[in-house]
Amino acid sequence: MAEGPVPVLEVKGLRTVFRTRGGEIHAVNDVSFHLNRGELLGVVGESGSGKSVTMMSLIKLLPMPPAELRGGEVLLNGQDLLKTTPEELRAVRGAKVGFVFQDPMTSLNPVFTVGSQIMEPLREHMGMTKDQAAARAVELLELVGIPDARKRLKSYPHQFSGGMRQRVMIAIALACNPDVLIADEPTTALDVTIQAQILELVKELRQKLGMAIIWITHDLGVIAGIADRVMVMYGGQVVEQAPVGELFANPQHPYTRALLQTIPKISGAREARLKVIEGQPPILNAPLTACPFRARCEYRHDACDRENPARRAVDGRQIGYGHDVACHWRAPASQEVAHA
Amino acid sequence: MLDASPPPLVQVDGLKMYFPIYTGLLRRHTGNVKAVDGVSFAINAGETLGLVGESGCGKSTVGRAILRLYEPTAGRVVIDGSDVAHLPPEALRQKRPTMQMVFQDPQASLNPRMTLAGIISEPLDEHTDWTAERKIERVHELMDQVGLNRRFINRYPHEFSGGQRQRIGIARALALNPKFIVCDEPIAALDVSIQAQVVNLLEDLQDRLGLTYLFISHDLSMVRHLANRVAVMYLGRIAELSPSADLYARPLHPYAEALLSAVNEPDPVIAARRKRIILKGDVPSPANPPQGCNFCTRCPKVMDICRTVKPDLVEVEPGRMVACHLYTNPDVAGPTGASEAKERNQQGVTQ
Repeated sequence: MAEGPVPVLEVKGLRTVFRTRGGEIHAVNDVSFHLNRGELLGVVGESGSGKSVTMMSLIKLLPMPPAELRGGEVLLNGQDLLKTTPEELRAVRGAKVGFVFQDPMTSLNPVFTVGSQIMEPLREHMGMTKDQAAARAVELLELVGIPDARKRLKSYPHQFSGGMRQRVMIAIALACNPDVLIADEPTTALDVTIQAQILELVKELRQKLGMAIIWITHDLGVIAGIADRVMVMYGGQVVEQAPVGELFANPQHPYTRALLQTIPKISGAREARLKVIEGQPPILNAPLTACPFRARCEYRHDACDRENPARRAVDGRQIGYGHDVACHWRAPASQEVAHA
Repeated sequence: MLDASPPPLVQVDGLKMYFPIYTGLLRRHTGNVKAVDGVSFAINAGETLGLVGESGCGKSTVGRAILRLYEPTAGRVVIDGSDVAHLPPEALRQKRPTMQMVFQDPQASLNPRMTLAGIISEPLDEHTDWTAERKIERVHELMDQVGLNRRFINRYPHEFSGGQRQRIGIARALALNPKFIVCDEPIAALDVSIQAQVVNLLEDLQDRLGLTYLFISHDLSMVRHLANRVAVMYLGRIAELSPSADLYARPLHPYAEALLSAVNEPDPVIAARRKRIILKGDVPSPANPPQGCNFCTRCPKVMDICRTVKPDLVEVEPGRMVACHLYTNPDVAGPTGASEAKERNQQGVTQ
């Protein structure tokens, strides 16, 4: 994961604002990241942290208005998606960027067969004939592990279980061999044993197809098992970013550190009492002028109220490529003395 | 498994909860969804029993049936000395204060048109003849207990966050000094950073008030943290009932083993090392459960006997109850700890 490989996707300074009657909500604040070929980037954060809105902004999946993109660049293989015409963007969605949504129950159209929904992007983007598309659809269903694929093409979504529907969603997202697959909490609505099936499937598909994946979740357990690199979001911005092992072994941001301690473990000694992050996530109704986490932070000091910390490198490497954190406080693990 | 010690606070015997299926023009009774099919367990006073399983396994139905929010099809539910499943209506009403429930969705379980004072004091209106002042005093006391600011007393549920709403639900459940509380997925709808707040609150209240919990959840690591003993349910039956520490260290039932191996440990080092047991296919329909053991269609250690004979829940080690032929059938040399079931990810047949 050096600076070497050329990223498939590069996002710089993205800002998304929702204009509501009650004022503006600054959902995404200056988010920058990149995604390398074949890499799986995990995005962690709680509800309202801006993780889904960020990813939906990339291909303008948000209703505009009320959403408004206030700036930034989204470079997909060098092409800035924020400057494309609607027709150009249409050619990107589904073809170059696939999207898997959280809820497999509601993201398939109940009145069309599963087959026609998988064939739709193939005919739209790849210009396939009906027969070609059907053949490819069978291939895709087999790829995601649905038995008896040819027969299941004629089934409707309600005839599938939750796990199977999520497999169908993945098949649709993979249909046109996208460069980037964005998965928004794809396993959250599923039971643990079904979730384990889907995670294994994704690992297998990555080996076979080698695409780059952005995996949004609030479940640190899922991230630990599947991601190469992790980006932690809070208050609409990236607060920490690191390779997965580094993030879990050496978390720097107080939020990440607390988050790792609030979840009980399944093995090892049973913790006597869970650590609590007191308070509530911030309401983002104004541009951030101070650290969004300060109200809940145990290391809060003057600087936190004065200015919103910029991302700084922890290991001396370029920001976004090594381990970086947006925090005024320095974790005591390094030689520097924690001030304040 | 209990000798001369005081009788358990909650004793459930052979609980069955069937939901009838009516089909055809004449709406004939053609079958049953066997949501709970013969479940027995006991909960001691002051204990937390965890009830885990996947969606549709009947764990919430158990919780509701033992509080008689459903009319159980069969079985006995003795709570604090009386059989709740067969109490006449007025006696049941008078019994209600000892047993309460905290619901999953704090959004849906609070009336949006009632103020916080109204919500928390509603049980007091129903079960006491206190004066208005005394009720408000009690509401204040409860708000202090669950960590809600007294100033919020006249606010409506929509003015609170999810975690605070769950506190309101807990305060309401505590209003009548219950002995036994069923917590039905109380943290499932909350963010990770808020879950710990509610769990710690439940633990504090248990210490202070000597409460007994049935904690229903699909979050296995949270159950490990909270529960003294854990019951693992599969398709309407208990597969294993063991002390929490034993279950998590060495699950005996193959389903419990698979379920625990599927949990994602938030540690990349452990995650890379461990071997998952990936179960094939989906849970069968409870309207048409398999003959024999309910788990036989997905079990990696299935034997011939499993397809014909339903295993009973029996004590195989001190304090550990398992419903599996591996442990009761003398023909089997004894279960192997290592699972040879490193199945490739593949979807089985659904029906």
